[in-house]
Amino acid sequence: MDINYTAEERAFRDEVRTFLNEKLPKDIARKVKEHKRLGKEDTIRWQKILNEQGWLALHWPKEHGGTGWSPIQKHIFEEECAEAGAPTVLPFGVNMVAPVIIKFGTQEQKDYYLPRILRSDDWWCQGYSEPGAGSDLAGLKTRAVREGDHYIVNGQKTWTTLGQHANMIFCLVRTDPDAKKQEGISFLLIDMEKSEGITVRPLITLDGEHEVNEVFFDNVKVPVENLVGEENKGWTCAKYLLTFERTGIAGVGSSKAALAHLKQVAREQQVNGKPLIEEPHFRARLADVEMELMSLEMTNLRTVAAAEAGGVPGAESSFLKIMGTELRQEITDLFRRAAGPHALPFLPEQLAGDFDGETVGPEFAGSVASRYFNFRKLSIFGGSNEIQKNIISKMILGL
Amino acid sequence: MDFKFSDEQRMLEETVGRLVRDSYTFDARNKALESEHGFSTDTWTQFAELGLLGVPFSEEAGGFNGGGPELMVVAEGFGRGLVVEPYLATVVLSGVLIDKLGNDAQKEQYLPAIIGGETRFALANYETKGRYDHTFVETSAKKDGDGYVINGEKAVVLHGDSADQLVVIARTGGSGNDKDGLSAFIVDAGADGVSRRGYPTIDGLHAADISFKDVKVGADALLGDEGKALDALEATLDLALIALCAEASGAMEVACDQTLDYIKERQQFGVPIGKFQALQHRMVEMRMELEKVRSITMLAACSLDVDPELRKKRISAAKAQVGKSGRKVAEEAIQLFGGMGMMEETPVSHYAKRIVMIDHWLGDREYHLGVLEDLIDVDDHAA
Repeated sequence: MDINYTAEERAFRDEVRTFLNEKLPKDIARKVKEHKRLGKEDTIRWQKILNEQGWLALHWPKEHGGTGWSPIQKHIFEEECAEAGAPTVLPFGVNMVAPVIIKFGTQEQKDYYLPRILRSDDWWCQGYSEPGAGSDLAGLKTRAVREGDHYIVNGQKTWTTLGQHANMIFCLVRTDPDAKKQEGISFLLIDMEKSEGITVRPLITLDGEHEVNEVFFDNVKVPVENLVGEENKGWTCAKYLLTFERTGIAGVGSSKAALAHLKQVAREQQVNGKPLIEEPHFRARLADVEMELMSLEMTNLRTVAAAEAGGVPGAESSFLKIMGTELRQEITDLFRRAAGPHALPFLPEQLAGDFDGETVGPEFAGSVASRYFNFRKLSIFGGSNEIQKNIISKMILGL
Repeated sequence: MDFKFSDEQRMLEETVGRLVRDSYTFDARNKALESEHGFSTDTWTQFAELGLLGVPFSEEAGGFNGGGPELMVVAEGFGRGLVVEPYLATVVLSGVLIDKLGNDAQKEQYLPAIIGGETRFALANYETKGRYDHTFVETSAKKDGDGYVINGEKAVVLHGDSADQLVVIARTGGSGNDKDGLSAFIVDAGADGVSRRGYPTIDGLHAADISFKDVKVGADALLGDEGKALDALEATLDLALIALCAEASGAMEVACDQTLDYIKERQQFGVPIGKFQALQHRMVEMRMELEKVRSITMLAACSLDVDPELRKKRISAAKAQVGKSGRKVAEEAIQLFGGMGMMEETPVSHYAKRIVMIDHWLGDREYHLGVLEDLIDVDDHAA
């Protein structure tokens, strides 16, 4: 048993660090670290840099332009990126639709979509949730009816993250309303620019931000060649995605970066003329979070090492999702407290990437309350934490 | 990075596992609890025969040359069986300290007797006023000719009631919780001036309050340099903390397993109660706390050779996590067992008691979070 990286793993880490140091644009890293809003162009600029290096498609096989990295290498890469303040790669193309296309798609689909995803030509979004189908995703109602060479799609998707920027959406649609609910679903790729009948409406979240949308389909014509896998077998694609490479789900790297930042803030902020970090209640909570983070990091590394040894991280990643999101939420709660009364002023314009005016209160404080509320989403999306518990209960505990 | 056990570690795991499975049944343990000192001397002899009493000692001393992971493996197995024999007191707290501080003659005198199972030790360290602070020592050792005279009181000394020999931490200099001036002495438990009040503890072990009144010892009783015992004491306590965390991990594992089995069997409203989502989610949370403890115990066990401050930080983090997660697992186990969880005849109640009370040995959650707070500026990158 040895918890230390091998010499090769350390050398790989150094290579990643050097790359990030040289190639990660400073202005983008600054926005990430200061929790400023990232624009579409920031994400695309970074994805193009990664692609040039061949490091964008972390989880793809090498033959399709992926890294071919081992689970430990991927873990090191993700952790270093988070610590350096690299923006998150937009997951919907690279990490969600692409693996499904690689596994279930036709040669034509692979040849067409994969290079476009690598080049960031398309901005993908996800058409899964519906107003009536959240945790019970298989209850979705959006209909696709085959008419000659096309499907005619009618219905509504919701919580479509960054759909306002998207030109492509992958959707789960109902193709057989009479089958058992999981068995009448298909996986469809829809061009949002070229198709008529698609309306994207913003949903403003409780922090005042426009991150998610609802998408309406009104007699949208989709060519049949945009079907991935077999008709009525879309649920297989959806389930495949759920088990696909989720060791990064714990978010250890971003929690470590956030905790380091929080400590820095707590050294600078004062209570009764003394540094906040010396205030006993705050300090005790910091120590508790640090302890939980150490436990989470080791649990994550155990899962990564198991994957390295050939195991498939299945329901174990549900543990990581719950632990990781709870911890990230706890850190945002501490940030809010670290700001004290300065968490109150609500000035969203301060979060603009190019804001250079004078902030109200300390600079870090402008985003803390918004971020705290925004991060409530972590335990809701990606399979709510309650759904994760159901998964563990069934798959691991056999209940 | 590799979490697999080595062949030797696997062998240790199997040895302890077999012993606990085959001869450490609930009934056998209960019988041991009823004996005078609350453990079985036959089992102790068996430990010696299997080489378990030599795990942390060097091969020259006749030991297994084990480090943190080896001790973790053994203690985890003990935790699964709720082993009550004085392993921690004799082998880890006392033996390791003698190994770290003693001269060749002292090591030759005491270590083979520990490894062979002939002599049992206890570490008389903590005092009532110091609570969990191992540096707060008022017990004094004053120079007296060639030797020393020891006076003072030690509280809740683990297995202090049955030990043949005591390792006593006393002040030869300084006061309060000064880091300098702490010395370690070997004192025969039957020496003039030593009086012990032994008692069982609620988690199935035994302890004693021990007073020392003008106890005379020779110069050869001093372990290491006078007044310089602290570093070795802390390194020893850290090793003991790893063992205690691992023991908690093993006991938590069994508590989770027994609870899971129970909610699959117990029928109410015509179905096993494990069909109810309210209980399923609580069971999942128990398992999640167990995973945290397993993980951070591994981190602690692999940290003996890192910088001492980082070592302390990780080990205190592990013990604090045990305090937090252990309480949750123990309370939930009792709750999910319902009335049966309240019964002495239900094994899980014994696991719950041990898991919760581990928080009271060698520093509780608040104490170790305090250590973590003191080391808040020490950065950690696990791998």
